[in-house]
Amino acid sequence: MTAAGAPGPAGAGRIVVVGASLAGLRAAEALRDEGFTGELSLIGDEPHEPYDRPPLSKAVLSGRLTTDRITLPRVRNIDARWLLGTAATGLDIPGRQVVLADGRRVDFDRLLIATGTRARPWPAAAGGGLAGVHTLRGRDDADRLRAALATGPRRVLVIGGGFTGGEVASGCRELGLEVTVVQRGAAPLASALGGVLGRAAADWHRAAGVDLRLNTTVRALDGDAHGRLRRARLSDGTVVDAEVAVVATGAPANTEWLTGSGLAADHRGVACDSSCRALGTDGATVEGVFVAGDIARWPHPLFPGQLLRLDHWDNAVAQARTAAHNMAHARLDHRVHQPLPAFWSNQFGVNLKSVGLPHLADQVAVTQGALDERRFVAAYGLRGRLVAAVAVDSPRVLDGYAALIEARAPFPPVLNAPDGPAQLQPVDAEFTRPTGYAPDGAHDHDTRTPAAAVSTPMAHP
Amino acid sequence: MITQAPPETLRLVVDLNRCQSYGQCVYAAPAVFRFHGEESLEYDYAPDAGARREVARAAAACPVQAITLSGATEPSPLSSGRDQ
Repeated sequence: MTAAGAPGPAGAGRIVVVGASLAGLRAAEALRDEGFTGELSLIGDEPHEPYDRPPLSKAVLSGRLTTDRITLPRVRNIDARWLLGTAATGLDIPGRQVVLADGRRVDFDRLLIATGTRARPWPAAAGGGLAGVHTLRGRDDADRLRAALATGPRRVLVIGGGFTGGEVASGCRELGLEVTVVQRGAAPLASALGGVLGRAAADWHRAAGVDLRLNTTVRALDGDAHGRLRRARLSDGTVVDAEVAVVATGAPANTEWLTGSGLAADHRGVACDSSCRALGTDGATVEGVFVAGDIARWPHPLFPGQLLRLDHWDNAVAQARTAAHNMAHARLDHRVHQPLPAFWSNQFGVNLKSVGLPHLADQVAVTQGALDERRFVAAYGLRGRLVAAVAVDSPRVLDGYAALIEARAPFPPVLNAPDGPAQLQPVDAEFTRPTGYAPDGAHDHDTRTPAAAVSTPMAHP
Repeated sequence: MITQAPPETLRLVVDLNRCQSYGQCVYAAPAVFRFHGEESLEYDYAPDAGARREVARAAAACPVQAITLSGATEPSPLSSGRDQ
């Protein structure tokens, strides 16, 4: 055995993966692909085998799919010890141990941190403890929300107009339920996609019959004598009667278990380098400790000047693979994690796909189709460089934009698309940079919004 | 060495970033894949094992190879039946 603090050869020893969702599972599989033959343990706080989260706010919410049918395929045997239904509560790096909620300690030589994020709860002092107030992040959340929606509430209040909020509102409308969306910003999706696309999204919401309250926050949720949600008091003085509320106001990282570990971890995530190696509070890499998935914040070579956190499905998969490769190889063979960010959303009958980082942009231009046709592509530029593209009901066009973004192509891009305008007309992308979370506010960041830029993001010189 | 039986459960996932909604999977396995709206693919991650042939055909037909099928023969991490 190796001495504490001194990892053994890359192919042997003990690896512990904390977090048994998409990133944790794919990392474990990749570790075996990479030739790791030692002891492998996966720790997960949920009592379920790894499942896919995106359907929870879409097909599951609307009742087209049940939560027992979203289990992720295991692509290969991994000969691992699974510790499910057991949260990690502490990390002892000098002693090379993970501490579990039941008091057990799990030894490791190398560690992968993949504990992801959770839905930000509504503050208890403002009615967060009332029956009928929900968040949506996990399988059990989805089952509870489904049960609440099945009782036929007269109105559902969605707090937060980000992607999750939009998808929940869309699903509730499909169920025939009345929906009010309260959004702090001037438009839905505005902090992720800017005001121009946000106004298009507002049209989708309203056309579907959503009561959309913009530039508005929820002051408090009020209940009845039995502690059940009855109404919400809004910042504009109005009151919305609702029996179910879904809080979709962002996703802090699950880093509490790392408190005192010496890692550079806070509510934004765990800082790591571009090889997925965790950083300590002193800024130095921590030997044998790696990070992947929604919880990781790292410097992306394509978007310098900040630490990125990407709460995206494909980033979880790609970063898990990179981390696994680097865990199984010596330093000289390490890979750099630099995927082109990409995500999608389905809401109000619209398929939206994004590549790059729209939220960095200062300008946007419709390059194909038209905003009011609900079928278009918008290109995003920052100081004359293409940084992102968003395709609405146009899922087959983004590869070309992705290549241009990676090539650091100029903005506006030269496309000559047959369905494009005669002349591109770049306009202000209309991003209102969030300055932080207001406790009573509906923050429209959510689980697919790149978040946690450093205090001086490059878009604000 | 334990001889492992082929997997009894069929599981799949679609990379919806990669998916470009060509719909070949919907033709190949209509009981498993469908469109919700014009371009939004939805699917059953855990279809009945009887759909294995159709699902394999769907995965092979995908022009962007976005469909991943289960390949593990180990029992479920919960080992107490399907999705516990």
